Amino acid sequence: LSSRAGMKNPRHSSDRLLIKGGKIVNDDQSFCADIYMEDGVIKQIGESLIVPGGVKTIDAHGRMLMPGGIDTHTRFQMPDRGMVSADDFYQGTKAALGGGTTMIIDHVVPEPGVSLITAFEQWREWADSKCCCDYSLHVDITEWHKGIQEDMEALVKDHGVNSFLVYLAYKDVFQLTDAQVYEVFSVIRDLGAIAQVHAENGDIVAEEQQKILEQGITGPEGHVLSRPEEVEAEAVNRSVTVANQTNCPLYITKVMSKSAADVIAQARKKGTVVYGEPIAASLGTDGSHYWSKNWAKAAAYVTSPPLSPDPTTPDYLNSLLSCGDLQVTGSAHCPFNTAQRAVGKDDFSLIPEGVNGTEERMSIIWDKCVVTGKMDENQFVGVTSTNAAKIFNLYPRKGRIAVGSDADLVLWDPDVTKIISAKTHHSTVEYNIFEGTEVRGGPLVVISQGKIVLEEGNIHATEGSGRFVARKPFPDYVYKRIKARSRLAELRGVPRGLYDGPVCEVSVTPKTMTPSSSAKTSPAKQPNQPVRNLHQSGFSLSGAQVDDNIPRRSTQRIVAPPGGRANITNLG
Amino acid sequence: MAERRGNWDKAEDDLPVYLARPGTADQVPRQKYGGLFCSVEGAFESKTIDFDALSVGQRGSRTPRTAGRETGQEAQSPVSDNKISPEGNVSPRVGIRTSGGKEVLPRDRSDRLLVKGGRIVNDDQSFHGDIYMEDGIIKQIGDNLIVPGGVKTVEANGKMVIPGGIDIHTHFQMPYRGTTTVDDFAQGSKAALAGGTTMIVDHVIPDPGCSLMEAYDQWRQWADEKTCCDYSLHVDITHWNDSVKQEVDTLIKEKGVNSFQVYMAYKDYYQMSNSELYDVFTFLAERGGIAEVHAENGEIIAEEQARMLQMGITGPEGHVLSRPEELEAEAVFRAITIASQTNCPLYVTRVMSKSAADIISQARKKGNVVFGEPITASLGTDGTHYWSKNWAKAASFVTSPPLSPDPTTPDYLNTLLSSGDLSVTGSAHCTFSVAQKAIGKDDFTQIPEGLNGVEERMSLVWDKAVTSGKMDENMFVAVTSTNAAKILNLYPRKGRIAVGSDADLVIWDTDCIRTITAKTHNSAAEYNVFEGMELRGAPQVVICQGKIVLEDGNMHIIAGVGRFIPCSPFPDFAYKRIKARKQLAVLRAVPRGMYDGPVSEFSMSRGGTPSASARTSPTKQPVRNLHQSGFSLAGNPALCGEPIIFVYETS
Repeated sequence: LSSRAGMKNPRHSSDRLLIKGGKIVNDDQSFCADIYMEDGVIKQIGESLIVPGGVKTIDAHGRMLMPGGIDTHTRFQMPDRGMVSADDFYQGTKAALGGGTTMIIDHVVPEPGVSLITAFEQWREWADSKCCCDYSLHVDITEWHKGIQEDMEALVKDHGVNSFLVYLAYKDVFQLTDAQVYEVFSVIRDLGAIAQVHAENGDIVAEEQQKILEQGITGPEGHVLSRPEEVEAEAVNRSVTVANQTNCPLYITKVMSKSAADVIAQARKKGTVVYGEPIAASLGTDGSHYWSKNWAKAAAYVTSPPLSPDPTTPDYLNSLLSCGDLQVTGSAHCPFNTAQRAVGKDDFSLIPEGVNGTEERMSIIWDKCVVTGKMDENQFVGVTSTNAAKIFNLYPRKGRIAVGSDADLVLWDPDVTKIISAKTHHSTVEYNIFEGTEVRGGPLVVISQGKIVLEEGNIHATEGSGRFVARKPFPDYVYKRIKARSRLAELRGVPRGLYDGPVCEVSVTPKTMTPSSSAKTSPAKQPNQPVRNLHQSGFSLSGAQVDDNIPRRSTQRIVAPPGGRANITNLG
Repeated sequence: MAERRGNWDKAEDDLPVYLARPGTADQVPRQKYGGLFCSVEGAFESKTIDFDALSVGQRGSRTPRTAGRETGQEAQSPVSDNKISPEGNVSPRVGIRTSGGKEVLPRDRSDRLLVKGGRIVNDDQSFHGDIYMEDGIIKQIGDNLIVPGGVKTVEANGKMVIPGGIDIHTHFQMPYRGTTTVDDFAQGSKAALAGGTTMIVDHVIPDPGCSLMEAYDQWRQWADEKTCCDYSLHVDITHWNDSVKQEVDTLIKEKGVNSFQVYMAYKDYYQMSNSELYDVFTFLAERGGIAEVHAENGEIIAEEQARMLQMGITGPEGHVLSRPEELEAEAVFRAITIASQTNCPLYVTRVMSKSAADIISQARKKGNVVFGEPITASLGTDGTHYWSKNWAKAASFVTSPPLSPDPTTPDYLNTLLSSGDLSVTGSAHCTFSVAQKAIGKDDFTQIPEGLNGVEERMSLVWDKAVTSGKMDENMFVAVTSTNAAKILNLYPRKGRIAVGSDADLVIWDTDCIRTITAKTHNSAAEYNVFEGMELRGAPQVVICQGKIVLEDGNMHIIAGVGRFIPCSPFPDFAYKRIKARKQLAVLRAVPRGMYDGPVSEFSMSRGGTPSASARTSPTKQPVRNLHQSGFSLAGNPALCGEPIIFVYETS
């Protein structure tokens, strides 16, 4: 490494760092300049910078210097039926840094019945004590009632959360009905957050699982057989429809199949505000491994939606990622070790779901997209970092090399080749789904919070140094269009004279009532009036939409991050 | 118009008969039979007796007579053609006489009928031939038929003779909150016959919780008393449990029903959950039924309706605003996904919007067995009328899914119908009087849904699709009659002119122009959604069960003569492919050794994917119950007094 990047001082002595002679790659342009950072923030960019003496200097020798990757989807330390996914926040973020990712956004998965705030604080606690890089949190909506809505408001206003995930799958566990999804989306739109969707039709999946188990198929191949990609595409289509109706921005997590990606691409052509997130696994490998004779290996690929058995899928998704139909990449890193997977050794539906990928994500995309000429280095920065920062309102603090941005940088070596293997990866699991894949391109030096965390192949990660990054609602990248549309979308009734003709007598027998929901609602739901109120509260919010264009920022309190005074409001 | 008519007549005079093709200006028609290089006209089938007479030259003997008669009427026909009105002065260009020059026999005196000199149009080809029928069945087709004396003869004069239309979707006499739709089976089937439709397929709608069988018997009784044409029945599945399953089985095996409709709309009433749909489709696929869906996302509609009402929109425009076409497309997409998972043939009723039609045509390209049914209204008019200042008029357009406000929709649907992406046409005829519609005068969700179309269907398709050159006459026969017969497994008894088929025929006048209006239509409704529309093409003579029911604009109908036509399961048209796929679709497990490594401890609290118990939390209990009501209907059929456990255990 010394021949490539010279180093003067040991890293601990100073918070000041100068990178000389790098080619700075942002998502819009590349240029050569030096970068000086201090206290974890980029202070100067340019040539012949005037910097204090004794500053540690890295000579980039003209290599690419890009914003650190943002992994929009991780599930470190995720509880699942009393087990916890194999990589905790320390192992996970260490692996992330090893791959050039300097920020992760993890999912808070509240057990149904637990308040969102409680779960959120639990996750904060876990992450604050262990994270080695900055992080933020999505919160999953696993049930729906009035309390949840209040929690969501509190999370957006006081806790820096601006994205919520709903599940269309996991019937009877996490799954919400269409009507609930509609209400959740309405609330999310009013709060200025992003609606994320785990898109699979849980009803059909449950039926298919039953059918396939009955046929005596119990191995991991049953997982993919019971979750055909059509079922994914259907759910994507449905959530796009609901999002259109509610004028809510939509973010599809884990785009795993061609047909789902196609639905997203079509919806975008029609003008829907929808973003698609393929993951490292769907971009780098396929589902043929589910038929592996080695049960443990086959089980290691189990994730939902499953990897597509169609071997042309990765290439297709990479193409869509390159042309902008898909925008961001995550990893959905949630590995379980073999003993944990073996919970489902006799029943594939019990296998805990999740694959690795946070470490491999950047290299895989470089290898599959940039090396092959599908995208250029700027687009690469866009899909691995900048777009994510824009969607989740972290830009330009994250996702860009600019004065005032966080000093999260990666010195990228486009020529290094590496064979991915479980022997050398930083995750704790026994299997790596990319085992044996040779990828070109990898991080040479990784700087997180202005400190060098990877050099010469060694990771110097400090457990607990990661800060929680609060995110504000109404990201411009997403909400500019939404706001304009909500102004346009006012509907008006037709003024008519009173109808004074004859009116047919209506019998009030409930059995012969009109098939209209409102008529039906009254008798059946009357006893549950308070309950009905729970659900209708969503409407009162959207009804008060007159002040929709006034952002709720007045009430926004930004939690001062423990790591420093870097704040997005400092940026020009 | 008169000039063009003149040209055609001249062509008939000048050209040999095998090139003469009334109804088209094409001098060299695409004709498989009767051409110079073709063997023998009508040689393929339905051949009767006199082979020598079938040669081309023989026909010349009749040609001058035909031509002469037409020229004789030249002065009169344009006038009458322009003068509209199906009831009154339709030009008598088709002569009806008895052989031997006697007086025309009263129609019910004789069951024998000969249609001479027509151009028989089936869905695959057109050819010239005479048709002889007896006892309501076509007995002979060919030239110079040998028929008994005293047979009533209809002289078609070279006009098209097509199989009678099949309206695959009607709601006559549908009960609605204690009243019924204004068109009962007599009125409705009369309107159908007036429009050239000789068979209707009505929907039986059992109330949720009621027996399918009882509802079926009820509909049979109503229809048997009153229909004037043959009919068949779809049965709607409005709830799902084991006893319904039994009844569906019986209906298929014993009662001649092979198509069942499920609803994805009408939340908390008819709507089925995805799991139930999966179950129903699986069951129908096993028993050889066709799954029909009313495709709209009922959950979102319910939310949108509440929103509209809250915004103060109570008029009929709220109906279309709360049911945007995306919701239709979404539901179609979902239905197709479930049908493809269960390998069940799918039939989407009432394709009303471009996006829904697009989804169907995409699915067909991917190989799904799915049929789309645009209805008269969606092919002929659009949803702009919902904004009419006249409440009664706006309300008369209310149907679900609603007509699309996009005025290019009808044209688009006609194009897809012509290209074969949409397969059949229905009318969804379900008319309510203004007084009935006024139930919803203060709340659009209460407006009873349904509009007219059974009478206008054939003319409308002809005018929009054939006259405009989108489809040819054979395709016209396919989409108005033959495809429906194939899907219902009634082919070739219905939907084809062939020896042995039912004598349901229409002599089609391609040039007649009439203006649709509620003043002259045969429906009892005060409004006609096609009001003022000029349509070219109309039936001139309609023959149903071998009897003339429409001639010279006069209808001779008898209520109650309509027979129930049982449909048998596993129609080849849909199930040949399904069966082949079933054989391919066997899944196999991977044989592996036993896993003998360590196994983690885990709690089952959230385990076992579909476990309902883990889902419910104390706070959630009442809420869940509300939303689970769909499940409890299916899973806990206390209503039907028979304990079963789970939806998916029944599959």
